[in-house]
Amino acid sequence: MTRMRTRKNHGLLIAATAMLVLAAFGRAGAQEGEADAAAVIRIGSLYEPQNLDNTAGAGQGINEAFNGNVYEGLFQLEDNGEVVPKLALEHEMSDDGLTYTFTLQPDVTFHSGDPLTSADVKYSIERVASENSKSSRKKSLSTISSIETPDERTVVVRLSERSISLPYNLTYVWIVNDEATDLTSSEDGTGPYRLDAWRRGSSISLVSFEDYWGDAPANGGVTFNYFTEATSLNNALLTGAVDIITSVQSPDSLAQFQDNPAFIVTEGQSTTKEVLAYNDRVEPFSNVKVRKAIARAIDKERLLSSIWGDYGTLIGSFVPPTDPWYVDLTDVDPYDPESAKQLLAEAGYADGFTFTLETPNYDPHPIVAQFVQSELAKVGITVNINIITANEWYTKIYQAHDFQATLQEHVNHRDIVFYGNPDFYWGYNNPEVVELIASSETSASEAEQVEKLKEANRIIAEDAASGWLYLYPQIVVSSATVSGYPVNGLNSQFFAYDITKRAQ
Amino acid sequence: MASIVLFVLLRLLPGDPANALVSVGADPAQIEAARRQVGSDLPLAQQFLQFLTSLARLDLGTSFVSRTSVLQEILARLAVTVPLTLLSFMLAVLIAVPLGILSAVKAERWFGALISVISQLGIAIPVFWVGILLVTLFAVNLRLFPSGGFPPQGWAAPFEALRALFLPIVTIAVVMSASLLRYVRSATQDVLGSDYLRTARALGSGFAEALIRHGIRNGAVPVVSILGIELATTLLGAVVVERVFTLPGLGSMLLLAIEQRDYPNIQGVLFISTLLVLLIGFFADLAQRWIDPRLREKLGNIRR
Repeated sequence: MTRMRTRKNHGLLIAATAMLVLAAFGRAGAQEGEADAAAVIRIGSLYEPQNLDNTAGAGQGINEAFNGNVYEGLFQLEDNGEVVPKLALEHEMSDDGLTYTFTLQPDVTFHSGDPLTSADVKYSIERVASENSKSSRKKSLSTISSIETPDERTVVVRLSERSISLPYNLTYVWIVNDEATDLTSSEDGTGPYRLDAWRRGSSISLVSFEDYWGDAPANGGVTFNYFTEATSLNNALLTGAVDIITSVQSPDSLAQFQDNPAFIVTEGQSTTKEVLAYNDRVEPFSNVKVRKAIARAIDKERLLSSIWGDYGTLIGSFVPPTDPWYVDLTDVDPYDPESAKQLLAEAGYADGFTFTLETPNYDPHPIVAQFVQSELAKVGITVNINIITANEWYTKIYQAHDFQATLQEHVNHRDIVFYGNPDFYWGYNNPEVVELIASSETSASEAEQVEKLKEANRIIAEDAASGWLYLYPQIVVSSATVSGYPVNGLNSQFFAYDITKRAQ
Repeated sequence: MASIVLFVLLRLLPGDPANALVSVGADPAQIEAARRQVGSDLPLAQQFLQFLTSLARLDLGTSFVSRTSVLQEILARLAVTVPLTLLSFMLAVLIAVPLGILSAVKAERWFGALISVISQLGIAIPVFWVGILLVTLFAVNLRLFPSGGFPPQGWAAPFEALRALFLPIVTIAVVMSASLLRYVRSATQDVLGSDYLRTARALGSGFAEALIRHGIRNGAVPVVSILGIELATTLLGAVVVERVFTLPGLGSMLLLAIEQRDYPNIQGVLFISTLLVLLIGFFADLAQRWIDPRLREKLGNIRR
């Protein structure tokens, strides 16, 4: 599989070149025109939040607009994947790993003017863990048994069992003012920007917060402009109505930016996986041989290049290269239709079988479904494509598990844990993996956690628990006049405070 | 009646409004809590009862997803949709009326025929296609107008707002004037063949004077009723144009609400737009009566 490796390196090379170009432009910029500290950065995105509260089902768009910009956590997940302390000045873990003591940054004030106290932190953590919380990370905080606030600047968190990912999980917890009354249409955070206005269906504008405790933003403010069509978003960048696109989702549109010196195209590290998920509870997908046969029958390299050209990465399991427990597993079930047929025969399906593929109605799933259909036809498997909406998907597949196979994009970082939950929609149940994933969380050291998850990762790949088709590319396109933006977009975050724009 | 049909149709759609609030990774308890919050766990009969009582109180409720008042959100969106509709309507009338009259009066000449042919074409092409064409030409290539969006300041920046609405207005006006033109043309043709015009000419008035003094008033009556229908259609048809130009109007609100199964928003938008359509019909009726005294008399007769 050297070809594949070359492809990956190729992607990295592009990213590296783009960074160099970026740096070169940055330097050239200093001569042409100084960075304008008052400039408002206009960001174009397809992900408008549904409301402004990440515990009330706001969607991924709120992480993009608010994480690190308007709200801060005790810790922050940086664009390079590192977890760094933010509102926590110091933190200490007891020897048994069951007690964490956090000391807060001094002199932090909320946008409303209230000072940050330990009571706010307690309130904020409890808000995410509360009964009505819609946060997808609620479960990861379930080991917290109590939170104490001995003084204004100290928070003591007690756990029922070790939780090595606690600092990481706390990056999802916004610290909000416990006096705030309306968090779904306004905000009260501690970040470098405060909300100026939200025009639903159109834009969110943020302005610098004068009393911010840290370094002031490098720009005068940011506006997130929301679009429903990728084409309209591209046109907006082409015509100078926005300065930057956070995540390009239409491969065809890249050409118009690539060969144009007025724009910079950067490929970062992505965590979005295109997954062909089987219902591992039902025949014939309960058979490992059938799953492996399907994995070998699909030429993923051709699929990826026909959709994304030179962008994107092939993966051999659910773990993207940015997770600490990444292992290159692309050669476990390489493309090999002959051995696929043989495996099918061994499993008792020499004449193939028929199944229904539940396909969400938005890009790229319908195209991927057709590709899978034609590849599997070659080994005798008939695929019926059933197109459904995202809303139906959630009811029929995620909740009712009423399906044979489906396509879905999984966006989060560090989400291998889903394979440790036998009740998850795909119903993968391997006691060994369940045990490894559960015990990795109670590890005493990160090295131990990584070792266990690497092992789990290898097992799910050997079991072909799902079909991991490819990793979406994470592509940011900007006007050549702006720089300093994040390129990886981990967990859909988009820190805006370092972005600068040169005066023209 | 319409609301009952609406309620039933919405519930027949597969999916659940709670799904918009939870994501992959949520556990069953969280999903149940979300369903409880939006009320989709209640029996249908109870949901229907709640729906009727709030409708009777004219309370449009709050959105399941954004948790904002439906009425306020609709009012904010109307600030885009109403100017868009009215301005494109006015532009369409300005284009259609003179050209329609011209093409009827000069039907024998080449440009009369040309106008007819072009208007035929205009009826045949879809709105979104005109929109995309105008964006490519005037926004992407010539850079005269923004390709979409609405200024964050709204009408506080009137120049910017008008600039943002320019292409959408032209898009709607082009398509709408094509069909309007045909009605104006046929109304004018009727007038041209009428006895009263011949009589006016016989009594010595010039052709233009006769047409303006006697023709317009007579020809306007059927055209006004068509105008009312067209205006209502434009209001509803704004869905497509708002999507092409990324305008935060009523149409895009409705579309998003349907995707999310946000019942209060869907019901609210449809309620308000039905109300507006009825109002437009009412005003078109009034206008007709004002133009044509005979209609007023008829009404008087009935009353007696």
